Amino acid sequence: MTKYIIKRVIMALVTLFLITFLLFLLVRIMPGNPFPSERMSAEAIAKKRAEMGLDDPIFVQFGNYLKNVIAKGSFGKGSSLYNGAPISTVLPQCMANSFKIGGLSILIGVVVGLILGIAAALNRGRFWDTFCTVLSILGVCVPSYVFMIFLQYFLAYKVTIFPFYFDASRFLGSAIIPAVSLSLFSMSTVARFTRNEMVEVMDSDYVLLAESKGMYGTKLVTRHILRNALIPIVTVIAPLVVDLLTGALVVEKIYGINGLGKLMVDAISGEGIDYNYVLALGIIYSALYIGIMLILDITYGLLDPRIRLANRKES
Amino acid sequence: MADKILDIRNLDITFKTTAGNVHAIRGVNVDLERGETVAIVGESGSGKSVVMKTAMGILAGNATINSGEIIFRYKEDDGSLQEVDILKKEKKWVRQNINGRKIAMIFQDPMTSLDPTMTIGNQLIEGMIMHLGISKEDARKRAIELLEEVGITDPEKRYKQYPHQLSGGMRQRVVIAIAISCYPDLLICDEPTTALDVTIQAKILDLIKTIQKEHGISVIYITHDLGVVAKVADYVNVMYAGRIVEVGNVEEIFYDPKHPYTWGLLSAMPDLDTDDDRLYTIPGSPPNLLHEVVGDAFAPRNQYALKADWKEQPPMFKVTDTHFAATWLLDERAPKIEMPQELKKRIERMKQTKG
Amino acid sequence: MPEISTVTNEDFVLDVSKDLTTDKNFASQGFWKGVLTRFRKNKRAMTGLVIILVIFVLAVFGPMLSNYGYKEIISIGSGQDVVAKSLSPRIPALHNLFSSSAYQDAFADRVFLFGTDSLGRDLWTRVWYGARISLLIAFVTILIDMLIGMSYGLISGYFGQALDGVMQRFVEISNSIPRLVIVGVLATFMPKGVWLVIVALLLTEWIGMSKIARAEMLKIKGQEYIMASKTLGAKNFRIIFSDVLPNTIGPVITQVMFSIPTAIFTEAFLSFVGVGIVLPQCSIGSLIEDGFNNITTLPYQILPPIIVLALLMLAFNFVGDGLREALAPRIEDM
Repeated sequence: MTKYIIKRVIMALVTLFLITFLLFLLVRIMPGNPFPSERMSAEAIAKKRAEMGLDDPIFVQFGNYLKNVIAKGSFGKGSSLYNGAPISTVLPQCMANSFKIGGLSILIGVVVGLILGIAAALNRGRFWDTFCTVLSILGVCVPSYVFMIFLQYFLAYKVTIFPFYFDASRFLGSAIIPAVSLSLFSMSTVARFTRNEMVEVMDSDYVLLAESKGMYGTKLVTRHILRNALIPIVTVIAPLVVDLLTGALVVEKIYGINGLGKLMVDAISGEGIDYNYVLALGIIYSALYIGIMLILDITYGLLDPRIRLANRKES
Repeated sequence: MADKILDIRNLDITFKTTAGNVHAIRGVNVDLERGETVAIVGESGSGKSVVMKTAMGILAGNATINSGEIIFRYKEDDGSLQEVDILKKEKKWVRQNINGRKIAMIFQDPMTSLDPTMTIGNQLIEGMIMHLGISKEDARKRAIELLEEVGITDPEKRYKQYPHQLSGGMRQRVVIAIAISCYPDLLICDEPTTALDVTIQAKILDLIKTIQKEHGISVIYITHDLGVVAKVADYVNVMYAGRIVEVGNVEEIFYDPKHPYTWGLLSAMPDLDTDDDRLYTIPGSPPNLLHEVVGDAFAPRNQYALKADWKEQPPMFKVTDTHFAATWLLDERAPKIEMPQELKKRIERMKQTKG
Repeated sequence: MPEISTVTNEDFVLDVSKDLTTDKNFASQGFWKGVLTRFRKNKRAMTGLVIILVIFVLAVFGPMLSNYGYKEIISIGSGQDVVAKSLSPRIPALHNLFSSSAYQDAFADRVFLFGTDSLGRDLWTRVWYGARISLLIAFVTILIDMLIGMSYGLISGYFGQALDGVMQRFVEISNSIPRLVIVGVLATFMPKGVWLVIVALLLTEWIGMSKIARAEMLKIKGQEYIMASKTLGAKNFRIIFSDVLPNTIGPVITQVMFSIPTAIFTEAFLSFVGVGIVLPQCSIGSLIEDGFNNITTLPYQILPPIIVLALLMLAFNFVGDGLREALAPRIEDM
């Protein structure tokens, strides 16, 4: 198992390294001018370029960049956002906001989704099953930000239960609308997946055998059905994270949350594109994504004895 | 009258599916005397597994039991004889008192019938702790003995392993160990050897036989393999499209079959000595039970079908005290029709090799 | 058993079925015919198909049905005196559905099914025009992705070994870059607009298709008929494209049905964020953004594009599910 984990970690690091290099390459060498040329003279630009090391060979530039990121946690300075303040001073607050809201929404989504899915599977063809189906249809066809616009309109504008915009000093109250709308998709996916997995497991031979042994009720559900049905759920969390990252982009923008998503939108959609921010955020997003995948991969290996033990034999 | 352990009367079951209602079991009667072995034979889809799952109370949720009773007579721990109708009891009661405790079941595919996320040991002791009320440590001891009894080497090590680490034959032994762990009165084997290698099949059948003898358990085999039937059964029920079409002891079914379907089954058995180089198959396929059957369900495939077969379901005609068959050919008004020559020769040969 | 037997003496004569050997239950039915029958029986899938068709027809003909262009600012008189800004949905024959706005009376005889936007453009025209753009982007990119993905997956799966290893590593790495990072990087050197959306989709959506094609390839590769075809001397590419392709078509089309909503979704989100469609062009996404900007004062403006978006998502998912079930029926469904 240790070998399995080490292998995965190394693979993840290599992937991250390659992606970082690719992003760096694209942002640095693709046509596009990081300086507002109408406001700067040619000499000034040349001077600035030399100062920033933009004339060095690309590998040297990449080496320096990587060194700064790893050693000092520095991603350079922004060019248009926050008046060119160092990115590392802006990031922590944004990350904290995004993580809190993202984490909250995943938590709501997975917990409620699981409960709904289990209820639906145990009451096949009855109310909770139908409810689960409707929810999963809703989750598939309504983007999280659309759902959010509705919540904002009705719960923060028509009736002012919640603040209309995010307010870090009132975290919980103002996190509910974005977190709930972001959780819709994960909730519906988890609910549908849990339901289908459970139904499949309930029809399996080993559950029949357990029943024929005399297992019933809660014991049967927890010991035999849930354990088998829940392991594969780890695999659907990955697409949920992807969706969350994308969804958070718009939701943060709309709800005025100072998070990574809003930063990304500001970096690419404003008048001047902020290259350093795009690069920094690209690396952070990729690292996050790869990191989560890695954790899921390992969790799955730990949960399923077939993988856990197969790899022990191999080593 | 001897001691009947199981008595299934007039069982009638319908399944609700998206395509419509499937009338899968159409009035089935089966009985079994204590200590004996009975086989239920039929093609896939004939309903043989459904009958036994009903007796276990593990029928799928979309099934409706229209009528019938399943009388089960078992010995209480104090030795007194109890009689229940399983269909009239609550599911929970059946789980607590019958499943695994008095009736145990062995499934067809050992590759899928063990829980992949649970160790062999835990799956073994689960039932014992529940039914016998013994401590985990006692259960463990007994589990190891059981594993040894079913012929698993190095039981201590196997106890801690997961199903995927065992071979198919080994897993089936584990399933057998689980089945006998709580001293059941009746063991239902649903195609216990179909999914196994030929070399292991015989060993598993022998194992079941030995266990049956030692523990005095009655056994029901569900199978489509007449070879298995010949090897293990005392009585045979031939099932077709949700009905029993012929019952008798092994000799009667093999040497003096009366129903054209049984003739077909016997002719279709692979046999080294057959002169014909073609393997006989029964023409057509079982009827689609989505549509209500009129007359004898076998008529469309029957080379000896009578006009009467298309009109009305034949009753069970008595041949001997133990031998019955549901075919109009046994009616006194029917033309004299003998079994096919080919089969007759074959039966002669079987008799000689045996006798 | 019936109490009184209806069987008479005359019934005891042989009467053997004439088509004894034909198998009625499993009478051979072409694979695609079976798929079609099952698909047709699926109510949800058929509903989805109808919705898609209706939206298609409206996207094509909807803008033509109105008297206005999608970027035409409607006004009365030669000058810009009275502009039809922010009119609520109205059909003259009926009462106004919403409270009237300032210029309402001047346009009392005009039909605005969805109302007008804050610049005075007809929303009916814009919504269907936007749907047209969104659908066009989705279809074109997904079809190209299908070609790329299938070729990639089939080749990778067919040749296997080292080539497969390299190709799969590439897929894994590509798959580890979140879509929005790709969009961000693209935005640094591409002008905003339709092409940015298309390239972003082209770079991401082929991966799923290639996985399916590869899996199918691996499944089919081991089967006898491919071996036979190989023994008969068929060339590699001939085998791939004439023997395997027909078998992968089903699952890939199913994937297409799930990718199209993703594409529409992505377009909507990019346009909403402001890197997609550029004004005065419009798409579902940019219309939702317009509506959102005025949501507190003119909430009805956001509804039509959202409903069209939701219906498209729903319909494509239904059709995708239906296709998947029709292609690989489970016993439970039969």
